[in-house]
Amino acid sequence: MKTQSPFELFGIDHLLDEEERAIRDVVRDFVDTRIKPEVADWFEAGRIPARELARELGELGVLGMHLEGYGCQGTSAVAYGLACLELEAGDSGIRSLVSVQGSLAMYAIHAFGSEEQKQQWLPGMAAGEKIGCFGLTEPDFGSNPGGMITHAKRDGDDWILNGSKMWITNGNVADVAVVWARTEDGIRGFVVPTDTPGFTAIEIHKKLSLRASVTSELVLDDVRLPADAVLPGVVGLRGPLSCLNEARYGIVFGTLGAARDCLETAIDYSVNREQFDRPIAGFQLTQKKLADMAVELGKGMLLALHLGRLKDEHLIRPEQVSVGKLNNAREALAIARECRNILGGNGITLEYPVIRHMNNLESVFTYEGTNEMHTLVVGEALTGIPAYR
Amino acid sequence: MKIVVCVKQVPDTWSEKKLDPATKTLDRASVDGVMNELDEYAVEEALKIAEATSGEVVVLSMGPEQSTETIRKALSMGADAGIHILDDGLAGSDAVATSLAIAKVIEGRGADLVIFGSESTDARMSVVPAMVAERLGLPQLTFANKVEAPGDGTVKAHRLTDYGYDVVEASTPAVISVVEKINEPRYPSFKGIMAAKKKPVETISLADAGIESASVGLGAAWSEVAEFADAPARAAGTIVTDEGDGGTKIADYLSEQKFI
Repeated sequence: MKTQSPFELFGIDHLLDEEERAIRDVVRDFVDTRIKPEVADWFEAGRIPARELARELGELGVLGMHLEGYGCQGTSAVAYGLACLELEAGDSGIRSLVSVQGSLAMYAIHAFGSEEQKQQWLPGMAAGEKIGCFGLTEPDFGSNPGGMITHAKRDGDDWILNGSKMWITNGNVADVAVVWARTEDGIRGFVVPTDTPGFTAIEIHKKLSLRASVTSELVLDDVRLPADAVLPGVVGLRGPLSCLNEARYGIVFGTLGAARDCLETAIDYSVNREQFDRPIAGFQLTQKKLADMAVELGKGMLLALHLGRLKDEHLIRPEQVSVGKLNNAREALAIARECRNILGGNGITLEYPVIRHMNNLESVFTYEGTNEMHTLVVGEALTGIPAYR
Repeated sequence: MKIVVCVKQVPDTWSEKKLDPATKTLDRASVDGVMNELDEYAVEEALKIAEATSGEVVVLSMGPEQSTETIRKALSMGADAGIHILDDGLAGSDAVATSLAIAKVIEGRGADLVIFGSESTDARMSVVPAMVAERLGLPQLTFANKVEAPGDGTVKAHRLTDYGYDVVEASTPAVISVVEKINEPRYPSFKGIMAAKKKPVETISLADAGIESASVGLGAAWSEVAEFADAPARAAGTIVTDEGDGGTKIADYLSEQKFI
């Protein structure tokens, strides 16, 4: 009997048009030839060729691909989601690089920047010649960004920034940082070239997750910026939160890529691994695991595509993105752990992608809104009561 | 310069291919189709020449309905327009009939260069480019691993041989077939993918092209598949146990089989 992949089981291709399938195939091809052969080594070394990769990803067209103009591709949201999925089937760290560049740094400038800021930064960032990072989270303010300490004070026409930002993807390789800071008028965004005096990035080491990704702390020590460094289009937390909503949307799809890679690996392994003179895939205990995981993966994909269609019609609401992030990050992590179990001892090595995805997904489960925060957003949508205030 | 690049949709190299017992031809419906890999090099070369000479690339494919996917892929790589020769009467055409249909369509439209991949991964005959050149009465520069077409009415190619390469030159219009290693085919860009669906693809039937249906298709094929069978299962092989004389035993075996 001809076997089916989990997505074939759900007839997912039928839900995609020719253009979406073509974009997905190009990204998958890139991941298969460029990322998968090397990423285990990058993960083990805790280093990635970020500059080189950014340029290649820019050439591929994935950086800010769903934005219009300024050298961006202007694809649909669904196509962007599919690209995130394929990238994360390679590694969550690579998808993180792309998410932070496109959905956080570029989106912030695209949505709230001045025409000059857009002209100055977006074409180079779309091409991957300039790398961006996004500073919102602080050492003491994660789920509660409204409490941030980083502040910007006027000095004549200039702004002076002080404070620090934590868990900043791309921090040490960035040319530009979009930094959110408290001002007299409320929280505002600043476009900070990383060579500005007083700006320092400190790489965070000893990570056991997202090792194929650069993570940093940003220190802002009397960083003097001209008046036009501020993002003119937004005041208040709405600014950074709408950026996060973009990135979370990509994660709804991305996590499924990691989960798919784990599940396909586990299916292949279980069919070929023999114990007691038969493939372990022939045992009912294994088949139940595989079937349950395929069902969750397919359900997650149906949800992601539904949210993608809503987004393309500009109908999506933040709490719906929370539903997607809550479910898909949780189920992807559960799938990765179960697949690790199926691979037995082999599951703990980087010879197989499973434990790498599993460890990465621990970060993805937490960042861009913890599972708890998304649960409370959904809870508030259902009851009208904000439990976190 | 107008360049026609001919592409074929073939079964995915990695898929299991089957023959249809009724027609004794390849069952194209049950496998995923992809652009013949060597044709990707042909498209890339056509695009490079067109970019350098402000030329136009028209992609031409003959095949069933789903061949439009392969035409779209070439369009998303950057080709300007497509022609799809589509007719149920073409099913089962051999190389002779295929070259007739392609030549007839190109003859009606004209081209400065016609570029092919040097073979298809399904039929693997490598003869269609030469046949098309012959039918059109054009010079043929086949198995090229380097092409120079500056748009001045000449074309020069390095033609791969068993010993090295020949440098061959012709006036345009001319027919070229390219081998892999001539270039690195580009990925379709997202902009290209999105633009592809707005590019014109003309569908041409046998009647449109003025081709008699009796001269193409399975019925007109010069050869016929009489019967086919599965490849025999591989035999277990012989294991030679080395008792200090392993080398001798292997040499004896090879000599018995007349390998040495």
